[in-house]
Amino acid sequence: MKQYQCIVCGYFYDENLGDPEHGIAAGTRWQDVPGDWSCPDCGVAKSDFEMVELA
Amino acid sequence: MSETIVIIGSGLAGITVARELRRIERERPVVVVSADDGGFYSKPGLSNALAAGKSAAQLLLTPPAQLAAQLGVELRAHTRVERILPAEHLLQTGAGPLPYRKLVLAMGAHPIRLPLRGDGAGRVLSVNNLADYAAFRCALDGKSRLAILGAGLIGCEFANDLLAAGAEFEVEVFDPAPQPLGRLLPPKAAAFFRERLEAAGVRFHLATGIDEVREDGGRLRLMDGRAGAHTATHTADLVLSAVGLSPAVELARAAGLAVGRGIRVDRTLASSDPDIHALGDCAEVEGRVLPFVVPIMQQARALAKTLAGNPTEVVYPAMPVVVKTPACAAVVCPPPPDVHGVWREQADAGGVRALFEDAAGTAIGFALVGGAVREKQALSAKMPAWL
Repeated sequence: MKQYQCIVCGYFYDENLGDPEHGIAAGTRWQDVPGDWSCPDCGVAKSDFEMVELA
Repeated sequence: MSETIVIIGSGLAGITVARELRRIERERPVVVVSADDGGFYSKPGLSNALAAGKSAAQLLLTPPAQLAAQLGVELRAHTRVERILPAEHLLQTGAGPLPYRKLVLAMGAHPIRLPLRGDGAGRVLSVNNLADYAAFRCALDGKSRLAILGAGLIGCEFANDLLAAGAEFEVEVFDPAPQPLGRLLPPKAAAFFRERLEAAGVRFHLATGIDEVREDGGRLRLMDGRAGAHTATHTADLVLSAVGLSPAVELARAAGLAVGRGIRVDRTLASSDPDIHALGDCAEVEGRVLPFVVPIMQQARALAKTLAGNPTEVVYPAMPVVVKTPACAAVVCPPPPDVHGVWREQADAGGVRALFEDAAGTAIGFALVGGAVREKQALSAKMPAWL
């Protein structure tokens, strides 16, 4: 499982947690998050996220 | 001639242009000039950071040196641009002259200051950047009665955030308009939004135009000029002004560029000088100033391509604005400013769904509050593109 961070506001998308409030079930892989999903904190597009290596 | 692209401003607009440009072109010299320290932070986060327990230092996403290295740019921090000389392709800065081949204006916007009278007017704060936020956090220490001037997006977000922060704050919000979010929400949606925020503890004083702030033994006394003879007054320990933003156009105007409400640019973000571009909160793109995150991202992508030699027009899909008020979820997709139409509102116990219909009965805007925000994605997909 990986984390992806919004380059605008720093919000983390964690595949383990998903984004259930906006219809993305826990465990949803990043590639399966729909393209029209947007950052729940600042509203930017999925394409404005970058994968983050976790130490 | 210098090949350098100079970007004035290190906010979301300036930094996103640099980041997008680097995806296309690694070698082109880029200089970013910033009046502040040049650290990158989320500006939308300033109005919901308190309840999240975030200090100014914690809001910093990327420190200046790391940002410059990541983007491969030269960052000139704490540097003010004094003049743009378009004919010479030169900037005069506090740290000497700086030549450019292409110039990008990304200076953002200033908070509008109300023309307040009274000896307490100078103590009214506004929060428009990370340093302001740090000062605001300091000023809050030991305070309980807080007054916010402006019941728009930022005023309501700050009010909700202060109350959600859990401290014993009393929060009063003043606005000359009869409803909160007056420019965004139709009446039923606004009424629902108001009730939810009031239930969370916000006290609204609407149709109330504060025009004077006086010192009052350490506190501040707010006076409503419309109430006649200043009989209606309110006291507060701290006053925060959130009455809107005014695009930073001074440099552009002094340089002779076309300026309206913002710096006038076409769809390639070119100003009246083809070597000077503008984007973000300082720019008026095809007649519209849109001081929100999503338009900035669209603009930055198009402008990066143009700067790399591939002239590209900005495209705007419908771009709904999310209001970050946990007490009442709200999302608004405003209709185009010049189109006649009517709001049709459906209210139930859980929220309000409002559609803005044009003369032909086509929905071209929406406002959703409470549970109705569930429909955001579905409705957004049906909205016509803005540009």
